[in-house]
Amino acid sequence: MILLNRRDAATLLLAQLLAPRAEAAAAEVVIDNFTFTPATLNVAAGTTVTFRNRDDIPHSVVSALRPPAFRSKVMDTDDSFAFVFDRPGRWDYFCGLHPHMQGTIVVT
Amino acid sequence: MSDNEIGRRGALRCMLWAGSGVIWTVSGGVPRALGDTQPADGFTFAQVSDSHIGFAREPNMDTPGTFAAAIAAVRAAPARPALLLHTGDVSHLSRPDEFDAAEKIMAGAGLDTHAVPGEHDVIEDGGAAFMARFQSRERGKGGYYSFDQGGVHFVGLNNVIDLRAGGMGHLGADQLAWLADDLRGRAASQPIVVFAHIPLWSVYPEWGWGTEDSAQALGLLRRFGSVTVLNGHIHQVMQKVEGTLAFHTARSTAFPQPAPGAAASPGPMKVEAPRLRAMLGVASISQVFGRSELAIIDTPLGA
Ligand SMILES: [Cu+2]
Repeated sequence: MILLNRRDAATLLLAQLLAPRAEAAAAEVVIDNFTFTPATLNVAAGTTVTFRNRDDIPHSVVSALRPPAFRSKVMDTDDSFAFVFDRPGRWDYFCGLHPHMQGTIVVT
Repeated sequence: MSDNEIGRRGALRCMLWAGSGVIWTVSGGVPRALGDTQPADGFTFAQVSDSHIGFAREPNMDTPGTFAAAIAAVRAAPARPALLLHTGDVSHLSRPDEFDAAEKIMAGAGLDTHAVPGEHDVIEDGGAAFMARFQSRERGKGGYYSFDQGGVHFVGLNNVIDLRAGGMGHLGADQLAWLADDLRGRAASQPIVVFAHIPLWSVYPEWGWGTEDSAQALGLLRRFGSVTVLNGHIHQVMQKVEGTLAFHTARSTAFPQPAPGAAASPGPMKVEAPRLRAMLGVASISQVFGRSELAIIDTPLGA
């Protein structure tokens, strides 16, 4: 019984990996020179967006909603933060250390 | 070659000032920035800023070293300062080991030290760790406090908490109400020194170099005859005079940042080692503390 269950689980996992699914979508925002690039990123609902700090100064990513819908820890050089954007809409964010740095994720 | 040698010798002498500790004296109720050649005849205090302990990239792999050099300069000043102000970004990432190292170096001055947080000091916990370590004596609730010494009323403000999207530095309603209370009933003749991390005037909003609600704070200060506002954050010297208010930003002891709009971003300037010390204060001392600069600072304060 136990063996059978394991095999079932393995089969299911394989099917998940092979199937084209919206959840698997990924996109990236690069932080450099005190700028989020692209400033506006359009993604499908369920996309995992990774924010990567390529700057030589720490930055963070904080949702502009109060309270914030998402918030990274501070990212030193080469650190990153990933967030799954499930809900459609316009998600504005900024850097918690340098709030003049702003970006938007548009989820459709 | 001999020119170079003289230049080097001069630079070495001035390297006492590496990292730019600023010595202030209050003479006749008027704070003045002091050079190392000018004897003090009044109450003096020192300012250091933006030590960024924990930063170890170009152009400065040794921020503890340059911070220690600034503290040594304060210690060696001909006029013994009565206290030391640190205008924030003591650490780079608010880490306990960074706070530890900074605290030890600062203690080397052997002076009463009063600090306000920079945005790098309040990263994870709204600044609780910073306040517990560096403001325990003043017992400021939200990272701000005041005290009197040498006839001067010192006000330390916190403009790095709860920053808003697209905004700049921020004091908030609670702190402004506290400031109004703190200043109420004080004689207009008492010199006031306000110190905070982000400039309390709009240096360059495009880079967030200013404080959104500073006008309200400055409004409360205008009735005083002598107000000196000391800030850090922008890692370069800037001065401005507005009636009885004199503004001064101090250099960083860690790395220089570009003049407003002079680069694509306000990131650290990549300067070579021999030039770095100059950018941290060495070669510009005569400009900062020279007579012409002093005249700019002095004129409105005693008015
Ligand atoms: Cu930032």
